[in-house]
Amino acid sequence: MTNTLSRAVGSPLARLEGPAKVSGAARYAAEYPQDQMAYAWIVPSPVPRGRLDAVLTDPAEEDDVLVVLWHGNAPHLEKSDDPELAVLQSDRIAYRGQPVALVVARTLEGARRAAQVVQLDITAEDHDVELRADHPDLHTPDEVVPGVPADTATGDVDAALATAPATVDVTYSTPALHNNPMEPHATIARWDGEDLVLYDSNQHPSGIAKTLGTVFGLPAERVHVIAEHIGGGFGSKGSARPNAVLAAMGSWVTGRPVQLALPRQAMFSMVGHRAPTVQRIRIGASLDGELTAIDHESWTQTSRLFEFVESPGVVTRSMYPVPNLRTSHRVVPLDVPTPRWMRGPGEAPGMVALECALDELAIRLDLDPVELRARSANPGYLSCLRRGAERFGWSGRDNRPRQRREGDWWIGTGMAGATYPANAMPSTARVRALGHDGYEVAIGAADLGTGARTILAQIAADELGVPVDDVHIRIGDSTLPVASVAGGSSGSASWGWAVTGACRALRESGDDEATFDTTELVGKMPTDRHAYGAHFAEVRVDAVTGEVRVSRLFGMYDTGRILNPRTARSQFIGGMVMGIGMALHEESVLDPALGAWVNHDLAEYHIPAHADVEQIDAEWLDEPAADLNPMGAKGIGEIGIVGSPAAIVNAVWHATGVRIRDLPVRLDKLLPSL
Amino acid sequence: MKTFEYRTATGLADGLEPGAVFLAGGTNLVDLMKLGVATPDVLVDVTRLPLDQVTELPGGGVRIGSAVRNSDLAADRRIRTGYPVLSQALLAGASGQLRNMATTGGNLLQRTRCRYFMDATMPCNKHLPGSGCPAREGDHRNLAVLGGSDACIATHPSDMAVALAALDAVVQIDGPAGSRSIPVTDLHRLPGDTPERDTALEHGELITAVDLPVLPVAARSAYRKARDRASYAFAVGAVAAALEVKDGLVHDVRLAFGAVAPKPWRALAAEQALRGQPATRESFLAAADAELAAAQPLRDNAYKVTLIRNLTAATLSALTGDVR
Repeated sequence: MTNTLSRAVGSPLARLEGPAKVSGAARYAAEYPQDQMAYAWIVPSPVPRGRLDAVLTDPAEEDDVLVVLWHGNAPHLEKSDDPELAVLQSDRIAYRGQPVALVVARTLEGARRAAQVVQLDITAEDHDVELRADHPDLHTPDEVVPGVPADTATGDVDAALATAPATVDVTYSTPALHNNPMEPHATIARWDGEDLVLYDSNQHPSGIAKTLGTVFGLPAERVHVIAEHIGGGFGSKGSARPNAVLAAMGSWVTGRPVQLALPRQAMFSMVGHRAPTVQRIRIGASLDGELTAIDHESWTQTSRLFEFVESPGVVTRSMYPVPNLRTSHRVVPLDVPTPRWMRGPGEAPGMVALECALDELAIRLDLDPVELRARSANPGYLSCLRRGAERFGWSGRDNRPRQRREGDWWIGTGMAGATYPANAMPSTARVRALGHDGYEVAIGAADLGTGARTILAQIAADELGVPVDDVHIRIGDSTLPVASVAGGSSGSASWGWAVTGACRALRESGDDEATFDTTELVGKMPTDRHAYGAHFAEVRVDAVTGEVRVSRLFGMYDTGRILNPRTARSQFIGGMVMGIGMALHEESVLDPALGAWVNHDLAEYHIPAHADVEQIDAEWLDEPAADLNPMGAKGIGEIGIVGSPAAIVNAVWHATGVRIRDLPVRLDKLLPSL
Repeated sequence: MKTFEYRTATGLADGLEPGAVFLAGGTNLVDLMKLGVATPDVLVDVTRLPLDQVTELPGGGVRIGSAVRNSDLAADRRIRTGYPVLSQALLAGASGQLRNMATTGGNLLQRTRCRYFMDATMPCNKHLPGSGCPAREGDHRNLAVLGGSDACIATHPSDMAVALAALDAVVQIDGPAGSRSIPVTDLHRLPGDTPERDTALEHGELITAVDLPVLPVAARSAYRKARDRASYAFAVGAVAAALEVKDGLVHDVRLAFGAVAPKPWRALAAEQALRGQPATRESFLAAADAELAAAQPLRDNAYKVTLIRNLTAATLSALTGDVR
């Protein structure tokens, strides 16, 4: 039972590991000292398609080198669900940047140099890396993220569109994006006898242990994954990546612990990306703004290795009630790296098209964009629209574009809705009474920097009826009770549920130890529930240069009970900052001839700098969703990037009268029309 | 990273053996070494030479030691009041941390950030002569519209150098064959058929100082930079300008463009077109057009012509109104 006297949940507790992080005491994956450590460096394929015939090393650079592994001499690996993990197993090259060899050396410098001068004997083949909406190899995938049908249809969309008094028919495109967490993927692998120990930066220690076990033919319990502190992931560390397998392989062959930390450039190949999308969206409406039909078509790409399908249309299936609704996804396999989850997969690009198209509809109908949405909004969403508009100061907005000019700046405002599914996944937690030392709460969860460790302590403290200081959280280790992935904005709900259950069980049993598995409860949870929100943006556009600045960005969210307002606010505004990046800055630029993303570092792949974030804030309704989980919480990790880019794009139109439908909105696209 | 030797320079006459290069702040060179684009055998650290002072020249003007840090130079009172365009350009560049490390000489000698040049596994006539230039057909959104060649369309990335080009700065050079001085506008080469050579410096020559002449027009000067985010980004277009107006007519003017050419682009044709003309937006636009007539934009960088035209008019117009 909840102790009504304690109030840890809901208080703005600072991150428990904060002092360790800022003082440098917290260890990230590559920072665990090891005896006889060796260092690995990946040799990436310089071609996007072909066959590797031989690897020749330069004897002059071999002083430090312990081994150069490639498919000609690498140990055999077992098959896993993920073909990307079959590293150095075949002569086939599926994309530029794919690992084709691994240098393991006594020093980092020696490994890097040997990798730079290694000679690859490659037979290159013609490649195709360009996504087009009319690509002949486009097909309907079996399923799209998150494992749902590619196509859906209700009602008669064509008839409804044909007879609708008002329609929009627009095509939006979003570029390839790369997750780029601050901490690149990194692994230290060590074999203790037949057991594999991995210090690895990931979002799912239990899952990585299982997968690595499969690849090396070991039971999961023989693989020990330690991921105590993670410098971000944004989805790119949700499952095992080649770095973990390569480090373990290098350690097996050399008999030494091996460190493999990816350089930033490698973050643009083997760890995933948000696939580019082309989306055509057609909306039919009555003249007073009642939505009668939506058709949302999406085209995207995957690799030749693995069919991962970004799913912009899925969000349209639940965002607005509309009698005639069709969504479809087509995908083409290309000679590119495999796309993966990136914060708000599907929802983030999908809401660009849907919410910008709605803005275009509002203009056609001469309706306030908030009012248009309010007509189709459920109660939680409606509250966000109303309260958000009030907090932002939306009322009295002149809906006409290009009306406000201050000096060289055109100024405008825009808005968009937000949503994200309320997810939870089965997890198990264990709690132990330690007498005078308080309680140990253990769960194999991962804290990506979000504050997961802190809110679990708050939840446990309240359930146990003790101060937070009496709770000792152990996470980030695959030998702890199995936890779900830190993904899908599900961590707090999934792990908090298990921790709540274990603490209750301990109190009710009076034992010194209790374990709780949520599998059965999660199976009964409603699956059609969502968080909602509304984003409001004010931008200014320099009439001289076309440069865009976001003067104000505000998010209002209906995300259930907020467990910790300090870390929650960081999650919301962090997502919104990433939304600024998606709207204005981020783009992985493809060179079709080389098959490469050429801006593969953080000097050239722009994310917002501090100066790009002016006034930003988030608020929330804080109404517990009691029927979802014991905390009444919905996930908050992704909703900030869902809709915020559209609010900014819509504001740019309002400022300038220029509608950009190809993200990011940059000065070169605006300048010709200003 | 290739193994290299490191030593500190003890005097200007040390010279350099083949395969050796000078090291100052290292903010660009060390990156290129990690990437395998630069592979020197020896680094000779010049930061301990007595070249870190800003001094006044006997006949007026200012001498900037080549080891003066960008942040120190930007804050120097003589620069801020006599040559504000230079201070503004410095502060528009890089980040606080980088400006604390980067030196005047090193800033001038930094290499292009063309994405093909920065990746040793890609073709590039600058890092591997004869390997071709993929940028012409590929990614060239931020590459040259002026001064490029079939072999290379790299842009010079410096903000500081654009201001120096506008200010008639002179580069002092010391080397095995003695000392010499050249205008900063002659320091950087256009690529032609030999894009691998960035500058007019011979091997072993060291920039010891940059001299700013007495230049009254520079007291009213400004730098305006457009970029893809608000801070910590290279220019996609920039203008350094100085203007003196008498009786409504342009009495004196200096103008240079950044991020449009393989070198800081002194806009002499525009200056010529402006002298004696009414100090109006129409004159400024016409002057920009005179310079940009030579532009040869490619598929994705034609916006730079519009951008520079707008920036020129806006920067000069602002200087017209800026009477101190």
